[in-house]
Amino acid sequence: MVPRFWRKIKYRYDLKGSYCENCGNYHYPPRNFCPVCRRRGRVKEVRLPDEGRVLSYTIIREGEPCVVALIELDNGTRIISQLSCDPSEVETGMRVRKAFRRYGEDGEEGIINYGTKFVPAN
Amino acid sequence: MTGIVSYGSYIPKFRIRVEEIARVWGEDAEKIKGGLGVYEKSVPGMDEDAATIAVEAAREAISRSKIDPSEIGAVFVGSESHPYAVKPTATIVGEAIGAGNDYFSADLEFACKAGTAGMQICYAMVKSGMIKYGLAIGADTSQARPGDALEYAAAAGGAAFIIGNDPIAEIEATYSYTSDTPDFWRRDLQPYPSHGGRFTGLPAYFRHVISAAKGLMEKHEFKPEDFDYAVFHMPNAKFPIRAAKMLGFSIEQINQGLVVRAIGNTYSGSSLLGLCATLDIAEPDERILLVSFGSGAGSDAFAIRVTDRIENYSREPAVWDKIERKVYVDYAIYLKHRRKIKA
Repeated sequence: MVPRFWRKIKYRYDLKGSYCENCGNYHYPPRNFCPVCRRRGRVKEVRLPDEGRVLSYTIIREGEPCVVALIELDNGTRIISQLSCDPSEVETGMRVRKAFRRYGEDGEEGIINYGTKFVPAN
Repeated sequence: MTGIVSYGSYIPKFRIRVEEIARVWGEDAEKIKGGLGVYEKSVPGMDEDAATIAVEAAREAISRSKIDPSEIGAVFVGSESHPYAVKPTATIVGEAIGAGNDYFSADLEFACKAGTAGMQICYAMVKSGMIKYGLAIGADTSQARPGDALEYAAAAGGAAFIIGNDPIAEIEATYSYTSDTPDFWRRDLQPYPSHGGRFTGLPAYFRHVISAAKGLMEKHEFKPEDFDYAVFHMPNAKFPIRAAKMLGFSIEQINQGLVVRAIGNTYSGSSLLGLCATLDIAEPDERILLVSFGSGAGSDAFAIRVTDRIENYSREPAVWDKIERKVYVDYAIYLKHRRKIKA
């Protein structure tokens, strides 16, 4: 569990994605190979915008209700992320911004997993 | 000239009112509000802790200053609620802000004054030329035993300061007063702190705050009237108001920083959030006295003079605006947020 999380810290803690200089597409999580241009792709790591809007969402009601949203960042990158807010607050089109939050913990003795979630922007 | 180059703050949006806590324990809310001068306190969200608060405050400080995070040469996080007993919060913050790997770092612990201790370390490191910028953070999700008097004030929040040259507020002088005073403590593996009740007043808070403030003013020839504002650590509203009176400061000098009434005691974040709220409105050449207090015990005093650079510095959103953005929770939800009850 520890190495599996540790490998992704860089991309989970902040919105580090990939940008293809050949086709102009952004991806998150980052790719080391452009799925559009394939061998012509020139991929580099970039920091994605802090804010975006909700395109769609679902509420997982197994245990504590949890909002998972498809978010379009201000540069067009689409990402799926947990929205840390009351399920009654969420609506399509709402402005959201990134936030640093706990994802969970590996029991009482294990590591605490942190990463990026989104919160209502206002 | 070395001092505060940028600052940021974070206050969780949840609040619980004194009336709600008093209802559960059958106490008189009006008497408690009158005694403490605290009306409600901030409560962390289910997915928040001292590390997430520290990161949010640090990110605000970085975005306001537009400093490249890789230029930050030191990260210190002061807290008495570090999420791990062993494993630094500061490395989590360093990674989340993109500081790279080339930085000095440690977690600090000195009850409520660990954040100002970090500021002093960063100040010394910048002055000595060891680093260009240092990031000092005070952040807490403070614990209180259910039913204890502490529960009315123990709150969550934090503030981050980037220390460097060409500041928006120069640190003109700093002075500390320290002694071995067991007024408040938490033993290893214990979930809640213990305290000496009335002993936390005169021999602890007042002795250290007054001595640090007087020591700073005597050593550097300041008088209370040389300061436009003063911020004293806020375990409640009563103590800083009394300390101000004892030192010859007016209520007008401390009112802007008296955030404790609305959010409670954010421990390592407490005096620092008061400083942020004061910097939010301070004008060039105005001087601020900051005196923290950490049980155990010690106080760090600072003379801070605002410079012309603050005029072109973005201070939005202000601390008092963040305080107004709130969602009230009842005692049961509060217990769940503080992980005192689990599914």
